[in-house]
Amino acid sequence: MLNIDNLHANAGDTEILKGLNLSIGTGEVHAIMGPNGSGKSTLAHVLAGRDGYEVTGGTVTFLGTELLDMLPEERAWHGIFLGFQYPIEIPGVNNTYLLKAALNARQKFRGEPEIDAAQFLRVIKDKARLMQMEQSFLNRSVNEGFSGGEKKRNEIFQMAVLEPRLAILDETDSGLDIDALKIVAAGINALRSEDRSFLIVTHYQRLLDYIEPDFVHVLAGGRIIKSGDKSLALELEAKGYDWVLDETATPG
Amino acid sequence: MSAKNSEVKKLVDKKYRHGFVTDIGSDTIPPGLNEDVIRLISHKKDEPQFMLDWRLKAYRYWETLREPDWAMLNIDPIDYQDISYYSAPKQNDDGPKSLDEVDPKLLETYEKLGIPLHERAALAGVAVDAVFDSVSVTTTFREKLADAGVIFCPFSDAVKDYPELIEKYLGTVVPYRDNFFAALNSAVFSDGSFVYIPKGVRCPMELSTYFRINEAKTGQFERTLIIADEGSHVSYLEGCTAPMRDENQLHAAVVELIIHKEAEIKYSTVQNWYPGDEEGRGGIYNFVTKRADCRGTNSKVSWTQIEAGSAITWKYPSCVLRGENSVGEFYSVAVTNNMQQADTGTKMLHIGANSRSTIISKGISAGHAQQSYRGLVKILPTAHNARNHTQCDSLLMGKQSGAHTFPYMEIKNPTAIVEHEATTSKIADDQLFYCRQRGLSEEDAVNMIVNGFCKEVFRELPMEFAVEAQALLNVSLEGAVG
Ligand SMILES: Nc1ncnc2c1ncn2[C@@H]1O[C@H](COP(=O)(O)OP(=O)(O)OP(=O)(O)O)[C@@H](O)[C@H]1O
Ligand SMILES: [Mg+2]
Repeated sequence: MLNIDNLHANAGDTEILKGLNLSIGTGEVHAIMGPNGSGKSTLAHVLAGRDGYEVTGGTVTFLGTELLDMLPEERAWHGIFLGFQYPIEIPGVNNTYLLKAALNARQKFRGEPEIDAAQFLRVIKDKARLMQMEQSFLNRSVNEGFSGGEKKRNEIFQMAVLEPRLAILDETDSGLDIDALKIVAAGINALRSEDRSFLIVTHYQRLLDYIEPDFVHVLAGGRIIKSGDKSLALELEAKGYDWVLDETATPG
Repeated sequence: MSAKNSEVKKLVDKKYRHGFVTDIGSDTIPPGLNEDVIRLISHKKDEPQFMLDWRLKAYRYWETLREPDWAMLNIDPIDYQDISYYSAPKQNDDGPKSLDEVDPKLLETYEKLGIPLHERAALAGVAVDAVFDSVSVTTTFREKLADAGVIFCPFSDAVKDYPELIEKYLGTVVPYRDNFFAALNSAVFSDGSFVYIPKGVRCPMELSTYFRINEAKTGQFERTLIIADEGSHVSYLEGCTAPMRDENQLHAAVVELIIHKEAEIKYSTVQNWYPGDEEGRGGIYNFVTKRADCRGTNSKVSWTQIEAGSAITWKYPSCVLRGENSVGEFYSVAVTNNMQQADTGTKMLHIGANSRSTIISKGISAGHAQQSYRGLVKILPTAHNARNHTQCDSLLMGKQSGAHTFPYMEIKNPTAIVEHEATTSKIADDQLFYCRQRGLSEEDAVNMIVNGFCKEVFRELPMEFAVEAQALLNVSLEGAVG
């Protein structure tokens, strides 16, 4: 589904991603862990097409097409979803309204008619129930006045409505209380399917207790320096990152 | 790249949709202003003597004045002798008697502007007075309104048909001595709307006036007078457009609202005069004096304005809250893009006890545009327990635009409570990215964020116009980001 080959990217004048390779197959769940400042959010933003980063080398293909040539909205229409580490507040813009506009933009891109209003309402009510969100959240302005945990829950709710092919979730678990973590994990699990893949950025094993990843990667210094299965996450939790860094340090 | 350029061009081209000119014979007097011109206008309108006398007094006073220079505006000098002060489409001597006699070109013009004048095609529940340059072309639903006792007619008809009402109320809210442009308007005003809602009547329809400037080198000086007698209620809306031209044209209007005991006027404006091109060539100078006088106990006025057009806007719809418990509201969205300038706001003058006022002003500035909010809240010693709440938000788009806030407060009664909040923000890149990541195009994302910002004002507009206003805002800001 996603193929990242030798990706180099700058933020400002600093090179952050330094030859990153990663392949995600259809239906797979990949977790990325790594020290603060190692480039995890940068990777997520570059994949989603955020301004302010310059790709200086490498390629990314998504479902067979060159991802890096596309505008952010085109990537969304092709099925990329980014759950933000810090979700943005948009005063005066109704949560439901944003989602409806987003869905209709994608319908238009696909040459399909606008979604039926009644059906849309049913969908969002279902998904809100899944995320155990009060109906009132649907009609509030996007993230405005939401608590940190509510914002994260809203991200997963949006993902559930938009049904992307690849969901990139940047620290969705940070700032969640224990109950909310379970709800978010259940929401993600409910969306796991054969044709949907996940790239989950997290610092903690506890999320992975609920969402079992197929692969775990360590991102450090702008590269994936180690990959393994779910046991790698447990090992990192127990031992920290130093041993991986030492193990992979290149002499000279 | 070229695909992108043609995209951009498409946007710019569709930017001002009302810029066409109607090719119609007109009776336009030569440029210039003197007492003879004023006599001529008054004569053309067949006015009673008191009207002419008033105009001449205003003119003589205007001659002693200089243009105001306190606003934060850069105005090229205006040559008042180079403007024609009267222009009317040619028609039968005593004007059309019914719609069938109105020149089809005029009907077509309004059709094109989205304002069909045939009652059967008209927007349900809205009566329209269509003012074209210096005259009113027609007023719809006059009979239906008359059945309810409501008078809705061109100002020039009112001067002839209801001189006693005009003489009683004209200039009592905005005297001709009020300011330079009010004095000029009082001297040369040509048409506009007159509304009288009798005691206890709730006007059965929305009333609206549609102002159109067509002729080149003319000014439009309309005058509107609305009287809401005791316990009555009316909602009124005005819209304005003009052709695209390289020269500036002057529009100096006066609006007076009189609200008696227990009465209410809701006055909404969707101003879309031609704003000029990207380089700031052409566009309307919109210099307007609007004031409401809440004379009675529990009287209420609400101004809602969407100011999207004009090269320069100078406008401060105000409320004189004379009555006890009277209420004044001002809801404003002002959009300036490219080289547009606006200095706009309101004045709330609290005289009556327990009078209350609310000001919500949303300014959006894009391109090289400069915009100022200027508002005065004045509480007189008589206004016990007066309340004011002001909220004033500016949104900047791009790096070259500017927003300025000038709140003035004069509080002469210690029991008054006055609150002022102001914010200035930019459309943040992360808001745009967030929306685009969900699948909105950049343009749709900007529109959505801007509309969200203006929501508190839009919801004050009559339903029929809220959608139109939102669309207008989107068009005005096309190409503002990116
Ligand atoms: N515009 C920029 N200019 C310079 N450096 C930047 C810029 N944006 C990000 N960086 C730097 O890039 C590095 C990677 O940041 P990134 O947000 O990708 O880290 P992260 O792995 O997500 O960290 P965390 O775990 O704390 O979320 C950081 O050192 C950060 O300071
Ligand atoms: Mg991060």
